[in-house]
Amino acid sequence: MSIELKNIVKRFGAFSALNNVDLTIGDGELLALLGPSGSGKTTLLRIIAGLDWPDSGSVSFDGENALARGAGERQVGFVFQHYALFRHMTVFENVAFGLRVQPRAVRKDEASIRARVRELLDLVQLDWLADRYPSQLSGGQRQRIALARALATEPRILLLDEPFGALDAKVRKELRRWLRSLHEEIHVTSVFVTHDQEEALEVANRVVVMDKGRIEQIGKPGDVYDSPATAFVHGFIGESIVLPVDIQDGVIRLGGTPLNIAAECGASGPSKLFVRRHDMQISPPGWGGLEGTVRRVRSFGPIQRADIALSDGQGETIIEIDAPRDRELRDGEVVGLQPRRYRIFADRA
Amino acid sequence: MSEAAFAISRDRNDARTEPRWVRALLIGLCILFLTVFIVLPLTIVFAEAFARGGQVYLAALVEPEALSAIKLTLTVAAISVGLNLVFGLIAAWAVAKFEFPGKTLLITLIDLPFSVSPVVSGLVFVLLFGGQGFLGPWLQDHDIQILFALPGIALATTFVTFPFVSRALIPLMQEQGTAEEEAALSLGASGLQTFFRVTLPNIKWGLLYGVLLCNARAMGEFGAVSVVSGHIRGETNTMPLLVEILYNEYQFVAAFAVASLLALLALITLIAKTILEGQLDEGRQTREH
Repeated sequence: MSIELKNIVKRFGAFSALNNVDLTIGDGELLALLGPSGSGKTTLLRIIAGLDWPDSGSVSFDGENALARGAGERQVGFVFQHYALFRHMTVFENVAFGLRVQPRAVRKDEASIRARVRELLDLVQLDWLADRYPSQLSGGQRQRIALARALATEPRILLLDEPFGALDAKVRKELRRWLRSLHEEIHVTSVFVTHDQEEALEVANRVVVMDKGRIEQIGKPGDVYDSPATAFVHGFIGESIVLPVDIQDGVIRLGGTPLNIAAECGASGPSKLFVRRHDMQISPPGWGGLEGTVRRVRSFGPIQRADIALSDGQGETIIEIDAPRDRELRDGEVVGLQPRRYRIFADRA
Repeated sequence: MSEAAFAISRDRNDARTEPRWVRALLIGLCILFLTVFIVLPLTIVFAEAFARGGQVYLAALVEPEALSAIKLTLTVAAISVGLNLVFGLIAAWAVAKFEFPGKTLLITLIDLPFSVSPVVSGLVFVLLFGGQGFLGPWLQDHDIQILFALPGIALATTFVTFPFVSRALIPLMQEQGTAEEEAALSLGASGLQTFFRVTLPNIKWGLLYGVLLCNARAMGEFGAVSVVSGHIRGETNTMPLLVEILYNEYQFVAAFAVASLLALLALITLIAKTILEGQLDEGRQTREH
């Protein structure tokens, strides 16, 4: 089932949650909607599910208008952020709910419902919890039951709102891997919302980065990380060193010091230089370009992380870099810094 | 010397407690107050009711007037509780699950019957339905009797007891939010299925709690009912009104016999309320996990 969203606009009072969002999701995709809170990602998910309605725009599933149908008729499975399991029902009855409320004409008989629920509980590997109540389960178990419940009616689309948000780090990691393999197994078109970049990059086939109700970039996890399309994406995904620079006639200056790097074509005026922490290379000082004094070094694993106070002429800016341990850095040492890879975006502010 | 010092420090090691005599004094005062103002009157009600033996007590209760008052009280309570169950549920649903302009005003209005003197509540209905009232002439033309009859008493009682059900449900429903309903809808449940399979089971203890308090007040209401009833003997006297009449006529045993029934209702309500509060707390705890 493919999903097509066109010109989606949604306002809550004066707050504009979605601004002309266009998005096409292919059949069988596992897509992540990634953004900070308030970026509109959950609203977009709820609009696909039929739990919210856009002020304007269109939503179609396989070319059919989905807005003409209510949440219950869209054949969408929704996994809520806090699971929303029915607290007065056992795990078994929670999973069976979607099958039991079907119209009499299509409803399965009791034996088939039981068989289907057993099958789903096996799928999420929690068949031994069938008679428990949601309050007796751990967070990770609730999450998987919520997923089994959403899958019971064989939805054509699976939507997950911050699926791992409320879990601790270890469980989260396990469930991520599990969700990936589950998707490979059942191959239903899936969209999940997250504010955790690592989660999005690790789980999804394709990532949609959102900010302030707009889509900033759509791409494969590697593309979004390696070639961010906007300053927002660069700052949001992966940790970056951001330096305010000024570009005149192709020369990039940081507070008066010219840097030994080339400006991307056409850029000029006040801009922002983005460098990944591990892309800032240590070089001998005195060759022009960036220089700084090492302030504090922490070594762990293969890297050493150092705070470096830049001598940029206008007070002290401290940046944090990751350097390999082949050359130990010492406190107080003056080093040259050469960005290996970098991006420059015009300063919009 | 050192042992004494140790004893003192041990006596004081719990910062939250008071010296023993303070505790004893506070608890004693509390018990004294409860005895004088609650236990004693309650005992007197039953003592007076049975002052001339069980035979006389029973005889007082099977008097036609007493029977009619009991029947009227039960009817009125059934109507009021029934209406308030439905309206209270609707009001709580509207307040807890939707955002709409005028919501604060609605919440204030729901509480109005609590803040208005019951006598005033009764008077409102007299002004509305009475002979010189707003709707009086129209009602007379159509030969509809509201005041000094069952409909008036039921209306006044319903008005006075309106807040109980919605007050019990609003915080509960607000706390539960709408996620489970949304889950049910997205799983294909209809509105009615969602209500009966998800919403109602989640609020059943709160609902029962509200109904219980509503019922206790409906049966015991005096002020508002007194204004609209007209005190027609054997017809429009509820139990509380009958108690007053009998008492004023120096029929103490009969008065206290009827009063004992109301006191019994209060005791049963109290016990049921304690049990229900336990159930509600349990539900709240499981939610926190």
